[in-house]
Amino acid sequence: MNRTKGDEEEYWNSSKFKAFTFDDEDDELSQLKESKRAVNSLRDFVDDDDDDDLERVSWGGEPVGSISWSIKETAGTSVSNHEGREQLKSRNSFSSYAPLPKPTSTYSLSSFFRGRTRPGSFQSLSDALSDTPAKSYAPELGRPKGEYRDYSNDWSPSDTVRRLRKGKVCSLERFRSLQDKLQLLEEAVSMHDGNVITAVLIFLKRTLSKEILFRELEVRQVALRHLIHFLKEIGDQKLLLDLFRFLDRTEELALSHYREHLNIQDPEKRKEFLKTCIGLPFSAEDSAHIQDHYTLLERQIIIEANDRHLEAAGQTEMFRKHPRKASILNMPLVTTLFYSCFYHYTEAEGTFSSPVNLKKTFKIPDKQYVLTALAARAKLRAWHDVDALFTTKNWLGYTKKRAPIGFHRVVEILHKNSAPVQSSVFYGSENDKSEVPLPTDITGVCQSGGRCGHKVELSHQVQVP
Amino acid sequence: MAAHLSYGRVNLNVLREAVRRELREFLDKCAGSKAIVWDEYLTGPFGLIAQYSLLKEHEVEKMFTLKGSRLPAADVKNIIFFVRPRLELMDIIAENVLSEDRRGPARDFHILFVPRRSLLCEQRLKDLGVLGSFIHREEYSLDLIPFDGDLLSMESEGAFKQVANMMIRMKREFTGSQNSIFPVFDNLLLLDRNVDLLTPLATQLTYEGLIDEIYGIQNSYVKLPPEKFAPKKQGDGGKDLPTEAKKLQLNSAEELYAEIRDKNFNAVGSVLSKKAKVISAAFEERHNAKTVGEIKQFVSQLPHMQAARGSLANHTSIAELIKDVTTSEDFFDKLTVEQEFMSGIDTDKVNSYVEECIAQKHPLIKVLRLVCLQSVCNSGLKQKVLDYYKREILQTYGYEHILTLHNLEKAGLLKPQLGGRNNYPTIRKTLRLWMDDVNEQNPTDISYVYSGYAPLSVRLAQLLSRPGWRSIEEVLRILPGPHFEERQPLPTGLQKKRQPGENRITLIFFLGGVTFAEIAALRFLSQLEDGGTEYVIATTKLMNGASWIESLMEKPF
Repeated sequence: MNRTKGDEEEYWNSSKFKAFTFDDEDDELSQLKESKRAVNSLRDFVDDDDDDDLERVSWGGEPVGSISWSIKETAGTSVSNHEGREQLKSRNSFSSYAPLPKPTSTYSLSSFFRGRTRPGSFQSLSDALSDTPAKSYAPELGRPKGEYRDYSNDWSPSDTVRRLRKGKVCSLERFRSLQDKLQLLEEAVSMHDGNVITAVLIFLKRTLSKEILFRELEVRQVALRHLIHFLKEIGDQKLLLDLFRFLDRTEELALSHYREHLNIQDPEKRKEFLKTCIGLPFSAEDSAHIQDHYTLLERQIIIEANDRHLEAAGQTEMFRKHPRKASILNMPLVTTLFYSCFYHYTEAEGTFSSPVNLKKTFKIPDKQYVLTALAARAKLRAWHDVDALFTTKNWLGYTKKRAPIGFHRVVEILHKNSAPVQSSVFYGSENDKSEVPLPTDITGVCQSGGRCGHKVELSHQVQVP
Repeated sequence: MAAHLSYGRVNLNVLREAVRRELREFLDKCAGSKAIVWDEYLTGPFGLIAQYSLLKEHEVEKMFTLKGSRLPAADVKNIIFFVRPRLELMDIIAENVLSEDRRGPARDFHILFVPRRSLLCEQRLKDLGVLGSFIHREEYSLDLIPFDGDLLSMESEGAFKQVANMMIRMKREFTGSQNSIFPVFDNLLLLDRNVDLLTPLATQLTYEGLIDEIYGIQNSYVKLPPEKFAPKKQGDGGKDLPTEAKKLQLNSAEELYAEIRDKNFNAVGSVLSKKAKVISAAFEERHNAKTVGEIKQFVSQLPHMQAARGSLANHTSIAELIKDVTTSEDFFDKLTVEQEFMSGIDTDKVNSYVEECIAQKHPLIKVLRLVCLQSVCNSGLKQKVLDYYKREILQTYGYEHILTLHNLEKAGLLKPQLGGRNNYPTIRKTLRLWMDDVNEQNPTDISYVYSGYAPLSVRLAQLLSRPGWRSIEEVLRILPGPHFEERQPLPTGLQKKRQPGENRITLIFFLGGVTFAEIAALRFLSQLEDGGTEYVIATTKLMNGASWIESLMEKPF
């Protein structure tokens, strides 16, 4: 670059740095002071920019420039592209990757992790072949005619399978005999490619009778697994159940059938469906559970109808004071018991909604029953009921308080519901009665009581306001 | 260049670049302006490969998420669907294509299947009458995504068996190939999750492991409650508290994180406080800077110091959040029970803490993890115990969980004990899985990641390296599944000349998932002075006990 002398002068004299002259008041030391001031003021700078150092994050919490961020950004903007682009340019402040030049060497780690060479480029396709249902061209559906150039009619099964894997056109129709078909399947399985195996299976499903297909797959575990998966995916429940029945995988059959109930929303229909599940070949315990499931839903439907009616009528105090937050349908058993202890505690055994009836019908153990009832009554602050739960008359007519559950659990539940209990408490096993005064703050007892498995006797002096 | 990928012995950036190149090639094939319609599941993994800027360079102007009915209006020439090969997604795509507004300018459609095409899906598109509408239909084999310098994951939901087959096929092909490529790895170890069902069930106790257990780490990102991350500005009075979760990226590019991620959580506090002192001191240095040169040096280091301080602030907040959990009574009780099971105590009885959890209706996943842990540590539960747990669970959480319990049994996690034999004590003793004298601060053994329990999978890898599996033949026979060793002979010219003291590199591939704690344990082994082996870890998926059990649960109504 050519410079005239004048330019050079200008250049040298237009520096932003002040030249050193002896006239300056500011010597090196003061200059330092200035820089120091600058550095010190940086601190405030630093504090303000606390968030800014590592990563810019948008209001939505997404890192700026990320894909999820960009989806939110671009989806919103309307017609004018140009505008949108400008906006994005200013906000997308970091990490623009320069496009890499094409590498010269073909070696890369990626070659380790790709098991096969990728098929050639795909040209635009015409759907010309989609109207010919008779032939099976798997897996390409509607490939352009150009790809048939190397089409030949007599590939061996192994060749065919290899072509399938590469995604090339293949007709499987020529495999007519059972022998040929099985050989094809065997080749597919040894390829270890799910797509190929499934493609062959679809062909076999169409061209073999059910019985033969099942019989052959029974001894071919890998193919069988793929078929089951395929049938589940396309939702062919009927064939799937037939298959299980054939294989005598009765328990899976039963469970597969039972699973369907999750798709039925209407309670009556679901109940009817559950009825059909009883008697299916479940294991012994599971059969009992399925029966319980049906019975429970049956009861819930009755209770729900009844209670909804009562609630609407508005005459029942319980429902007026504590309106129901949800329906009882499809709730687990313990939840149903809690509900029953909450709203129907005093009912006699004869009604469907009484807790005692539930306990009997579903054989709920004492422990579970007492805990649930306790939780429900405590929530309602019905302390007399709580008291009564622990009272039993022994054969001499004396009342004794026993809890079939750990004392600490009782106290926890009472405390959660702010039960003020003042009295002495007999704590410990039958033989060893040690008196522990209960402070008004029950938390104290929890801490000192610790965990025990001992039966507890509450003194009859438990007084609850 | 993703900095965090270059740190390991094997430069995984090469892999990442190759994958990016393929993406670019595909985008360029669909010439002209484009909009991408995303399967939401893919946005996370893709984020590890490319940012929006890359896509923009290839004329991607809009990005939408895949939703039903009609596609949003966009003035682009091409619409590209980036989707997994799932049938239900095909239905949505068909809906999009069919409700395309004919009056607007014609748009070309394309599909990119990730990671591979599926016959079923293409058939479905054909059945719905839209297959012919797609000009380019390709697959993008984003099989293994590099997460960090030594970690690759497929983030695949269930392609368990497929992977095993893929690896075997790959291995066979590689053996048969004639090309003279320097093998990067000395050893390849394939570990099936079935061999070690125990480890993911236990609560991880490393820093990164706990973040995953409590908050869940997705594609190296974690979402955290924002309260602790609000900037403290004077006079604000806290009225503008952020309500959106705070999202942080976690990888080894962050110096501090790389230092503490694999430590036992109890050792993190001291590192953070030491770091705080160092950073404070560094900032104080400005008072000592006297010459222009020194000040200049200080200023040039400022960005780095600021970054360090921000990093420290974040991790201090995270550590506080974690501490709130780990110091709770319930966490302590749960951990006690876990450790009792793992050391073999009382695994044959109904456990009272588990009973209580059910009675108090704690989250079902928590309960299932515990009963499965007990079952695995007992080689299956006694029938009476199993029936008892099952009944309590069904009565408390609903009968539909018969299906969940059945899935767990099929997976081998919760099953009856067959033959009355409990093999676990033998395995535990021979492989030294339970170490009483664990040192959390300065660990000497991999058992520090669970404060006493050495992950079975990692112990097997450790023993394979030294002294070899022949020493544990008997135990290997008890463990599920076959095992075999295959040596691949190399032509002498290609045998890697190892420098004295240089370690072998083993690629360890976990089929079925791996936890962060196991990764930490392997990294621990890698940096042992006399270890002899360094590990690169690959997996089908990064997982923890909760996500694992959840995948086996029946979804309600």
